[in-house]
Amino acid sequence: MTEINKENKEGIHLISVKGEIDAGSSILLDNAFKEAIENKEKRIATDLSGLEYISSAGLGVFISHLEEFSTNNAKLVLFGINESVKQVFEILGLEKLLLIVETEKDAINVFNE
Amino acid sequence: MSKKLTIVCSKDELIKVRQFTSDALDEESVPDLEAHKLVLAVDEVCANLIIHANNCDPINKIEFNIEFRPTQIMFTFKDKGVGFDINEYECPSMDKLVSTRRQGGLGLMLVKRIMDKIEFSTEKNHNICRLIKTYPL
Repeated sequence: MTEINKENKEGIHLISVKGEIDAGSSILLDNAFKEAIENKEKRIATDLSGLEYISSAGLGVFISHLEEFSTNNAKLVLFGINESVKQVFEILGLEKLLLIVETEKDAINVFNE
Repeated sequence: MSKKLTIVCSKDELIKVRQFTSDALDEESVPDLEAHKLVLAVDEVCANLIIHANNCDPINKIEFNIEFRPTQIMFTFKDKGVGFDINEYECPSMDKLVSTRRQGGLGLMLVKRIMDKIEFSTEKNHNICRLIKTYPL
């Protein structure tokens, strides 16, 4: 079961992901990012504290939108990643491409720097 | 110990494969972090077989087997789809994936980095793909 919620919090577009993202459900995450791009969101934080599993299909969603975020001068920050999921990002070296912090407070601080 | 599961070629079956694999690894007391990686590699190969080799056709089936040997764990997939040897797949660079805005290409990269050995063969009208992880994990 996958659940994706979107809200605006303190001027930040917050996307919260819960459950499992695999080849079948990655489209939900993709749609959330596409919507953020269409709405010209500049400060996007993704709460992954409820994410239990992510496969390459979900990781590919993050990677595929990086250029567009950069072109639009938008910043994407991920936070709350558990140890099991974090190791998956690290196997591919994605922690070098994506801005990943520990907590929501850390994410907010990134936008306020 | 050996465990077998047969699924149809639908993406909805992936959760079943993950649960089956996770339960089997848990029974063998494989540590959680290592089990998570092995489940991921199995999920990636299975998704590839369902989507690319069998075009998500639920008439087609995949037989999946996990065998715990004294020195290794062997995951075997048997299907009748379009054969593809993962060993021949050249992983794209991460820079290329980012610049071309591609969503695919990471799955087999993960499988190659997680598993110790990948074997592919065709026997009669079946393709057989084996993922091998050697102890210590």
